[in-house]
Amino acid sequence: MVLSLSKDTIQVVREQDVVLLRNRIKEVAVKIKMGLVNQTRLITAASELLRNMLRYGNGGHCVVEIVSSGRNNGVRLTFTDKGPGIPDIALAMKDGYSTGKSLGLGLPGTKRLVNEFDIKSKVGEGTTVTIIKWANG
Amino acid sequence: MDRIPILRMGNFLLVTIQVDLYDRLALTLEADLVQMVKKTSAKGVLIDISAVTIVDSFMGRIIGNIASMSKILDSETVVVGMQPAVAITLIELGLPLKGVHTALDVERGMNLLKSMIDDFDDEDIEEDPDGSLAE
Ligand SMILES: Nc1ncnc2c1ncn2[C@@H]1O[C@H](COP(=O)(O)OP(=O)(O)O)[C@@H](O)[C@H]1O
Ligand SMILES: [Mg+2]
Repeated sequence: MVLSLSKDTIQVVREQDVVLLRNRIKEVAVKIKMGLVNQTRLITAASELLRNMLRYGNGGHCVVEIVSSGRNNGVRLTFTDKGPGIPDIALAMKDGYSTGKSLGLGLPGTKRLVNEFDIKSKVGEGTTVTIIKWANG
Repeated sequence: MDRIPILRMGNFLLVTIQVDLYDRLALTLEADLVQMVKKTSAKGVLIDISAVTIVDSFMGRIIGNIASMSKILDSETVVVGMQPAVAITLIELGLPLKGVHTALDVERGMNLLKSMIDDFDDEDIEEDPDGSLAE
């Protein structure tokens, strides 16, 4: 069971919000003594998801939580937008697939960088991506 | 801050990125650098990212773009000071920055650039049809 120990929400509407979100994640990651490499993986993953939200989802918000499961502490991030949604998630998860003429590494790369990855999307309603990085995962 | 300064050092251009870039700043840097390479016919570009803690696929692509555009303009790009955590993350992300030379610090980066440029000069000499200049 994953328990939530702290929770706050950051609105994401402009690219400068990237910096704000990175700083917030850094704070919570340091608080649970996450190592530098895992911090870097987590913040890079968050950066990718935030970019997608701005670019494809018309912006949205990110919920930043400290979570705990047994003896493990971690950071859970939930990115939610009310954009157009993703018609074919399996395709979007493929390395190199992009409808935006970019590298197509954001979603598959993020999945590789974190411990838990979940994506839900409905065409016309929006997209939610949830990731967890454990402090020593 | 809305521009990253580009320093000229002889044949080389040096850029020190002091902050984690957001998109517009990175795009401006890309455009500025390519302009500068054109204007100064610089032989090498040194990008110091030792203060950068996050490079995502967008930033990685910009670094790659700078390198490939400079190459077309006959200039080599060396990225120096990449933090180990950043390097590990880039590989896992799936972006190993192919075609971009890296070095530990500015000094070593400079030496690498110099040696690459010397190599080109040597090649020119060896390819000389007369052959008299080759060692
Ligand atoms: N929040 C989102 N809303 C709608 N579509 C999305 C969203 N995130 C990703 N996508 C779709 O998934 C594709 C793959 O995303 P990603 O792996 O990050 O690559 P890239 O951003 O380079 O296109 C995008 O091109 C886009 O079509
Ligand atoms: Mg993306």
